[in-house]
Amino acid sequence: MIVRRYGEHALLVELDDPRLVPSLLAAAAALVGAAEVVPGACTLLVVLAADASREQLTTQLSSLQPAVHESSDREPVELAVRYDGEDLDEVAQLAGLDRDSVVELHSSATYTVRFCGFSPGFGYLDGLVEQLHVARRAEPRTAVPAGSVAIAGEFTGVYPRSSPGGWRLLGRTDAPLWDTARTPPALLTPGSTVRFRPS
Amino acid sequence: MIEIGEPGPLATVQDLGRPGYAALGVPRSGAFDRGAAALANRLVGNAPGAALLEVTLGGLRLALRRAATLALTGAPCGGDLDRGTAVTVRAGSELRLTPPATGLRSYLAVRGGIDVEPVLGSRSTDLLSGLGPSPLRAGDTLPIGRAVAGEVSEVSAPGPSPANVLSIDAGPRDDWFAGVALDQLTGTEWTVRGESDRIGIRLDGPAFERSRVGELPSEAMLPGALQVPPDGRPILFGPDCPVTGGYPVIAVVRTRSLDVAAQLRPGDAVRFTISR
Repeated sequence: MIVRRYGEHALLVELDDPRLVPSLLAAAAALVGAAEVVPGACTLLVVLAADASREQLTTQLSSLQPAVHESSDREPVELAVRYDGEDLDEVAQLAGLDRDSVVELHSSATYTVRFCGFSPGFGYLDGLVEQLHVARRAEPRTAVPAGSVAIAGEFTGVYPRSSPGGWRLLGRTDAPLWDTARTPPALLTPGSTVRFRPS
Repeated sequence: MIEIGEPGPLATVQDLGRPGYAALGVPRSGAFDRGAAALANRLVGNAPGAALLEVTLGGLRLALRRAATLALTGAPCGGDLDRGTAVTVRAGSELRLTPPATGLRSYLAVRGGIDVEPVLGSRSTDLLSGLGPSPLRAGDTLPIGRAVAGEVSEVSAPGPSPANVLSIDAGPRDDWFAGVALDQLTGTEWTVRGESDRIGIRLDGPAFERSRVGELPSEAMLPGALQVPPDGRPILFGPDCPVTGGYPVIAVVRTRSLDVAAQLRPGDAVRFTISR
């Protein structure tokens, strides 16, 4: 674990194993000197509280011992998916599988939200089987419909609302991924576990 | 009530933004030149978090349906309002701001604040994610709130006219670049490119050379981060920047200097200096 300075008011903790991110996130968020924590794929940004000492927080973060939790104590979020995505055939072809096997593989894994980004409520979900690791599209779509369930590289995710996007579309869900009137507004938050159920 | 006659090139509602939601993918947003915005609010006796207008390159025309106390700060627009002092105008007044000779963003505060509906605790327009009110259009009406924090200030406060030198802290990813990269960053007079906005200020100058191959796993970004995409030309992130990104950040601009950056126009020269 390396703690780096990130400007005037923040520290960036770099981990050797991405699976440690959720555990570090929980531990760091509990520190008094941390105003905000923002996970990345293999890092955690810790924004200092107004009166926090950088040195003290660095020491505290360095002494944390994040662990890999194979099973989460959080109830999984189950998303019903119509697997009729535009890229399903292409993904099957790239993976050397048939459509049903792609659906079977995608819907039988349990995923964890490693971090969010790209747009509000968009979670990068860990746990995609290696057979389904395919590159994103060469030409991103200008509009991907809200609720699209997609894959790219090692991640799967759901577009919370219509936006441009380059991930490969497997299907759609009607689950409300993002609602600013709800607390928290995102259905999937870092550390959430997620399952997809064909419908 | 404020009625927008013309918004000019870009006018938005801004406050202190939406800190605390970055882990869910929500940009920080808020006024780009926080010092100027805070001054405008202070002059009219508002709390620091009151919403005001961020006006880009002047061009704003508006009418007030009731008497109001206003203050204009930031880039020195000409027109019907003195800058840096609280001014009370009558109901029915029409005001016009002309483009500033220097700087980019002006702030117009009204006593009581702009009282549009907050989203996730903020009234800021976030141009990246679309949260908050849309950029202002002709015909929009904006309610004026009643929340004030103190008396209208009697003093006039001319804005600073800082040199375009921005203080930075090196890293967190300066080790992704050749050893001379920080000298190159501080030794170059960079030019602001046209494709610059609240999300990022794009800079022109000698491209940075990477000392590493491969991709950086996505990590958190902050306003002030100097991110270097594959073409080697840095982007200085603004308040509406994405919360995570996959290119290395060579250095981070200090908060105070971000106010200076907010006033950079396309074609302006800018330098960086490492904080000690």
